[in-house]
Amino acid sequence: MSVIEVSHLTKYYGKSRGIVDVSFKEEEGEIFGFIGPNGAGKSTTIRLLLSLIHPTSGSAKIFGKNVVADGPEIRRDIGYLPSEVFYYEGMKVIDLLKYSASFYDCDCTQRIHELSEIMELELNRRISDLSYGNKKKVGIVQGLLHSPKLLFLDEPTSGLDPLMQRKFFDLIRAENKRGVTVFFSSHILGEVQRLCTRVGIIREGRIVAISDIRTLQKNNYKKVQVTAQGLTATTFKLPGVTNVQMENDTLHFFFKGDINTVVKKIGGLKVTDVTIEEPTLEEIFMHYYE
Amino acid sequence: MNANIYRHEFRARLKSVIIWSLALTAMVMFFFSIFPVFADQAALTNQMLAKFPPALLEAFGINKMDLSTVLGFYSFIFVFAQLFLAIQAGNYGFGLVSIEESEWTADFLLSKPVTRGQVLTSKLLAALTSLLLTDLVISMVSIVAITLFRGTREYNLSILLLLFLSMIILQLFFLGLGLVISLLVKRVRSVTPYSMGLAFGMYVLSAFSGIFGAVKLEYITAFKHLDPAYIVKQGAFDTPLVLINLGVSLIALLVSYWLYIHRDIPAVS
Repeated sequence: MSVIEVSHLTKYYGKSRGIVDVSFKEEEGEIFGFIGPNGAGKSTTIRLLLSLIHPTSGSAKIFGKNVVADGPEIRRDIGYLPSEVFYYEGMKVIDLLKYSASFYDCDCTQRIHELSEIMELELNRRISDLSYGNKKKVGIVQGLLHSPKLLFLDEPTSGLDPLMQRKFFDLIRAENKRGVTVFFSSHILGEVQRLCTRVGIIREGRIVAISDIRTLQKNNYKKVQVTAQGLTATTFKLPGVTNVQMENDTLHFFFKGDINTVVKKIGGLKVTDVTIEEPTLEEIFMHYYE
Repeated sequence: MNANIYRHEFRARLKSVIIWSLALTAMVMFFFSIFPVFADQAALTNQMLAKFPPALLEAFGINKMDLSTVLGFYSFIFVFAQLFLAIQAGNYGFGLVSIEESEWTADFLLSKPVTRGQVLTSKLLAALTSLLLTDLVISMVSIVAITLFRGTREYNLSILLLLFLSMIILQLFFLGLGLVISLLVKRVRSVTPYSMGLAFGMYVLSAFSGIFGAVKLEYITAFKHLDPAYIVKQGAFDTPLVLINLGVSLIALLVSYWLYIHRDIPAVS
């Protein structure tokens, strides 16, 4: 069953673009990465799904229900960690978490303490006294305390130190093992690569590609590096070769197509070094943005 | 209605309610404590007032009040109390949803399993409770002040109760109008300038309405709808004007619900 089903979702803020004609599906139990630079429309998409804003056209379903009409019912099983966390400044952490828990039919006290212990969050401090990283931790606990079935994480790692990031990822993986579906928006590709099974790439409000993370890496480009004497920038002038860069005696380029043609060409040279590797997601990503 | 939101909202405003109540208590007590002097020297007072420019007396409605009677003098104080109550109600109205948006906590609240309608109803009821509480304190303090300082002078209790009732009607008006304006403008960054502007603006209109007697400004200013001088003199509300007032409040609230339910919650960008 598709947990999230978005079809032709479009949002304009007056005349300025939010997202245009976005369609995708996320299956139950998936960790779906949503990548794009700032302002591409990641947060807009999430906020539309949470019914914080209303679509200009198109529609979206979560758990098979319309997000506009059945919002409150859907949100019972959703956890949301916004990219910028803001809470009632005068409240204590524990009071805020209890307020948050009071909206769900559960006794979440134990879960609050478990999660705060993992994230090393002090419950008796005032929200106004917390650093950005600590507020983010409040956000994480707040998003998970009611054991939601679907998690929206909007750039969740900003402000967390590497150690906390790791703990957070472990937490998300554990939740995912329990069957929780995760929608993970980020502009940091490394973390998406570590966590997600499938990714959608969004650019200027439009989906550019949706793909399995492995296919994205494998069936796409190879990164080739050849060191040999007498190389010129045109030595590998084959169809499918892009991004040619010459550096001393070394030639770097991307190749897409039958790798044998490149290997044959290399065979005719007297090479000192050759590497053929999968590009990182970063490099694939840059390619989409050129 | 959602009891959690109601409780949270009520608590958030409790301090403000206490401060407003204390300020108004001090004002009522202080001003009414000089009533015996005014009443004893009514002739002198009237002589002094006669020297004031008539337009000024008209503006404050003093020419319609008999400062030597309990309710006449009380209605003179009540005009100022109304101004404070209007600012308080305006504050709550303008801030009802806009504070959540300017402090970006709206995302937290509205991503919970509640409808926008439930959120607004809970917030409105919490604000209304806070306002009623303030009115109740003022009413009790007023009775205490009158009992302490009236001496042997009599007054009509049912007219006094009518004045007390007018407080919540006036506050509902400023609550509703503040809310609907806050939803119509693009963004409210700070609540106080708006509520002060609205309250003083209406107050000035009401004063002018007294000066240019012929112009029908009383239709648009809430202070004229619930003019204490009129209530004390006639012993009743000016029913058509009070109905206009309640009608405006009702429309403001209905429009607010529609706007809030269809609203795009602004995000940090």
